Amino acid sequence: MTMETYYHPRDLARFAEMGQDAPELWQKFLEWYNAVFKEGALTEREKALIALGVAHAVQCPYCIDAYSTACLEKGSTPEQMTEAVHVAAAIRGGASLVHGVQMRDHVDKLSM
Amino acid sequence: MALLTLLNSRHPLADTAAQRATLAGLPLARTFEATVASAGYDRMRTTDIRVLQLNVGKRCNQACHHCHVDAGPDRIEVMTPEVLDACLRFLEGSAIPTVDITGGAPELHPQFRDIVRRARNAGRHVMDRCNLTITRLPNYADLPEFLAEHGVEVVASLPSFAERQTDAQRGEGVFADSIAALRRFNALGYGIEGSGLLLHLVTNPVGAFLPGPQAALEADWKRELRRRYDVTFNRLYTITNMPISRFLQFLLDTGNLQGYMDRLAAAFNPAAVEGLMCRSTLSVGWDGRLYDCDFNQMLGLGTAEDAPQMIFDLTPASVATRHIVVGPHCFGCTAGAGSSCGGATTS
Repeated sequence: MTMETYYHPRDLARFAEMGQDAPELWQKFLEWYNAVFKEGALTEREKALIALGVAHAVQCPYCIDAYSTACLEKGSTPEQMTEAVHVAAAIRGGASLVHGVQMRDHVDKLSM
Repeated sequence: MALLTLLNSRHPLADTAAQRATLAGLPLARTFEATVASAGYDRMRTTDIRVLQLNVGKRCNQACHHCHVDAGPDRIEVMTPEVLDACLRFLEGSAIPTVDITGGAPELHPQFRDIVRRARNAGRHVMDRCNLTITRLPNYADLPEFLAEHGVEVVASLPSFAERQTDAQRGEGVFADSIAALRRFNALGYGIEGSGLLLHLVTNPVGAFLPGPQAALEADWKRELRRRYDVTFNRLYTITNMPISRFLQFLLDTGNLQGYMDRLAAAFNPAAVEGLMCRSTLSVGWDGRLYDCDFNQMLGLGTAEDAPQMIFDLTPASVATRHIVVGPHCFGCTAGAGSSCGGATTS
């Protein structure tokens, strides 16, 4: 029985199909994307680690696969990659927690 | 856990024909021949011979999971004195400037030191592909001093500056022994700028992915090895894992073979062809057979039919511009920044 899911690993290789009905926009995206990941003030390795952290924050399985490979191929160790994911997770967790101040303000407003 | 070699575990891939058939059976977008032809190299030829690479045997004190030689403590093949003498006579009669001694652990060859002395007496540059841990064995503890005395360039394997990754590939405890060996080499002046004693490190990925950018990694490695272990070295060479022997077994066992070969083929870099090591290397096996590189040697792919096949048949002119034998595995040397025994082939 074929398992139906929204995500298919093979779809990562089909990413370029997004250019089929909007080739100019796709081309602009590609040029910008490739420029972003070139060495600049940050190294390519550092940028790949940031991308890996963001991939986890936005929970994109394609990006996680792609940037896990990219991080290894840029020379990062699994320890460094795991720390990058912790950074993403800490920001996500902290972002939830800091909204607790809003909760507390609202509770204060309603409470006697 | 001790690892048996493919040969002694009677694995089907111990047969080089089975390896070649496995690689030939993979559906790739283009053959290697068609791919290099599209880059302007219709049928690749050597340019000259600048390196004579002697694979003096398959014996090794380690049994690394990725080894393309299928080397290990249970292998018995070593270069015979007759073959060795023919190699050195050929060298002495040629203008080849460099001898690259590899294995297995080449230092385990009973005549290793004779090879070094004779090649140095002939005025040739000598490289020793050293696994580092060999120097920790009691009978080889004076090896660093011997290499230093003869000005041998040491090209040492170390896949990662992290212990876990190194031990995962090369065996439990290898990292600690490797660091101890590197400190010994450093104490003799190896890897110290200005000493004249060259100590290069070779890193290959611990898994089915391409190596990182060599120059950037070298800076990271120098910083981390200095900070963590007070170890220094000259150059870092990045080498792509070749889909041969035990790494081929790993790729098959983990379901990574097709994806890895697709990755190598897709990463074909036309600029890497010019510096391919096969274009300027002659590789000799323990039994005297001739090959275009150590990888072809381990796949049983001898030199082209119109070139000499054995060291005994050889004259410098007869192999200088021979055709090069290629196959799908060659995508490993043209992927990304290129790969060779001297690291990346493009900057």
